Amino acid sequence: MASLTEQIALARSDAGIVRRPPSKGLDGLFRAASYGSALVVLLVLAGILGSIAYGGWPAFREFGPGFVTSTAWNIGTEQFGAWVAIVGTLASALIALLIGVPLSLAIAVYLTQLCPGWARKPVAMTIELLAAVPSIIYGMWGLFIFAPLFARFVQVPVSNLVEGLPIVGTLLYARVPSGVGILTAGIILAIMIVPFVASITRDMLDQIPTILRESAYGIGCTTWEVVRHVLVPQASVSIIGAIMLGLGRALGETMAVTFVIGNANRLSASIFDPGSTIASRIANEFNEADGMQLNALMALGCILFVITVIVLIVARLLVRRAKVA
Amino acid sequence: MSASPAVSAPLSGRSQANASAPVRIAVKNLDFYYGTFHGLKNINLNFHDRQVTALIGPSGCGKSTLLRTFNRIYSLYPEQRADGEILLDGQNILDPKVDLNELRARVGMVFQKPTPFPMSIYDNVAFGLRLYERLPKADLDLRVEESLRKAALWDEVKDKLKQSGMGLSGGQQQRLCIARTVAQRPEVILFDEPTSALDPISTGRIEELIEQLRDEFTIAIVTHNMQQAARISQFTAFMYLGELVEFGPTTRIFMNPEKRQTQDYITGRFG
Repeated sequence: MASLTEQIALARSDAGIVRRPPSKGLDGLFRAASYGSALVVLLVLAGILGSIAYGGWPAFREFGPGFVTSTAWNIGTEQFGAWVAIVGTLASALIALLIGVPLSLAIAVYLTQLCPGWARKPVAMTIELLAAVPSIIYGMWGLFIFAPLFARFVQVPVSNLVEGLPIVGTLLYARVPSGVGILTAGIILAIMIVPFVASITRDMLDQIPTILRESAYGIGCTTWEVVRHVLVPQASVSIIGAIMLGLGRALGETMAVTFVIGNANRLSASIFDPGSTIASRIANEFNEADGMQLNALMALGCILFVITVIVLIVARLLVRRAKVA
Repeated sequence: MSASPAVSAPLSGRSQANASAPVRIAVKNLDFYYGTFHGLKNINLNFHDRQVTALIGPSGCGKSTLLRTFNRIYSLYPEQRADGEILLDGQNILDPKVDLNELRARVGMVFQKPTPFPMSIYDNVAFGLRLYERLPKADLDLRVEESLRKAALWDEVKDKLKQSGMGLSGGQQQRLCIARTVAQRPEVILFDEPTSALDPISTGRIEELIEQLRDEFTIAIVTHNMQQAARISQFTAFMYLGELVEFGPTTRIFMNPEKRQTQDYITGRFG
């Protein structure tokens, strides 16, 4: 007796149901197109990396490993070093995270746990709209409106308060209270990363099964205990991912930072003082650069790329470790 | 499915309903609303001390809704509302002045699916304890062990208490959730279809466990599985379309139901 599958096949052919022969050409085209698209991404990436590394090579060869650690940036004497820009990049991004991440978590928790239903959509929309503001607008607003207010109401009073004190007297003292500086850039960056980190975190908290949340309330937890001990740890992997995405954006953001960071090539221990980031340095000088200066800027670009890749790898490692635990 | 083979065998070995046991939860004229939808209609029902009461009925009949009023978990959702009285040891828990966190420590709940918290096995059990009692480490250890033993899980996890609760099998996770609930020494434990996500062997272990927990706790269980109700409960309430159709000792409900609807449901004619 024929097997069931054979019987079904027989019955189908009796009924005149026959598979139309697949078109070889279209399948092949589809395969080639999707393969090619994936390849294009790789080629573009390799091309960009290769050309920047090629352009930056003379600077690396001229200054050696000292290019990374040198604080010099003298166009007249053609002495170039990346350290000030690296520190500025890392410091402003770190400040952005310190301010932006707690704010984003609070927003996400409010939206998913505390916000009355009718207000949820409008508040979430407003936060996502922050992401739609072009970065030049943040830069302009930061320079013309935020920076003067920041100088008058924060930098001057704080500087007067901490002057002469150890550590904070250095960290929070503005030699020239102009409003622009590393901290200002960090604050503007924080506002820029909030919509990303907050909306990803909100989505992740929303995806946590209702019964897990109910179980936590069911043993008598308060809302804070539910959020702190159950929901946030449950979503921790995705939250780390969201933070790293924010960090990546903060490291590479150019326009807004160039406006408000002050663009000084000076290493200062005060976060009120002007500085520069890799991206702002490149944006400022690229137009008129040639020769070794251009090579140095290319080399800066390479370093920024490496920093971003390191962030990505660290993020992967953190996520993997969190998944195992 | 016919009622007789499914029911008679398990019923014989099971302890009989004790209707003279004190009333732990008394539901009086309870109405429940999801927004404008009238989910429970004038429910009157008693839950007896240290007895298992099963709530059965077709999907959407309100059995889970009723269970969810006993720890007021429904009040997480502003559009849900209950009218009437639910007396837990004589105190009306629907009173707005009732401290919900304390109520939920007195009335524990186990859900349809295992819900271990994202922390170690030890912390899963100790977490609820720490919310209410400040115990020295040694006492806490003892309470965790006692709770895991009561949930018949201790032997399987005693060597890996520091590992994540998420790494256990489904049945183990559900027993971990029971241990977590037992640890708080509640008066009442609510089970909302606790075995619906488990395989038959794990289901059997949970049923045995409920049988043992009855020595200490008053138990209410919602189940879709009529054999399960027959196997583990002393009292059964049959609900239909938001109303309580019939309530009584499980033996009588299954052997000799008074209402036609109950008869039809337990013999599988609808549901």
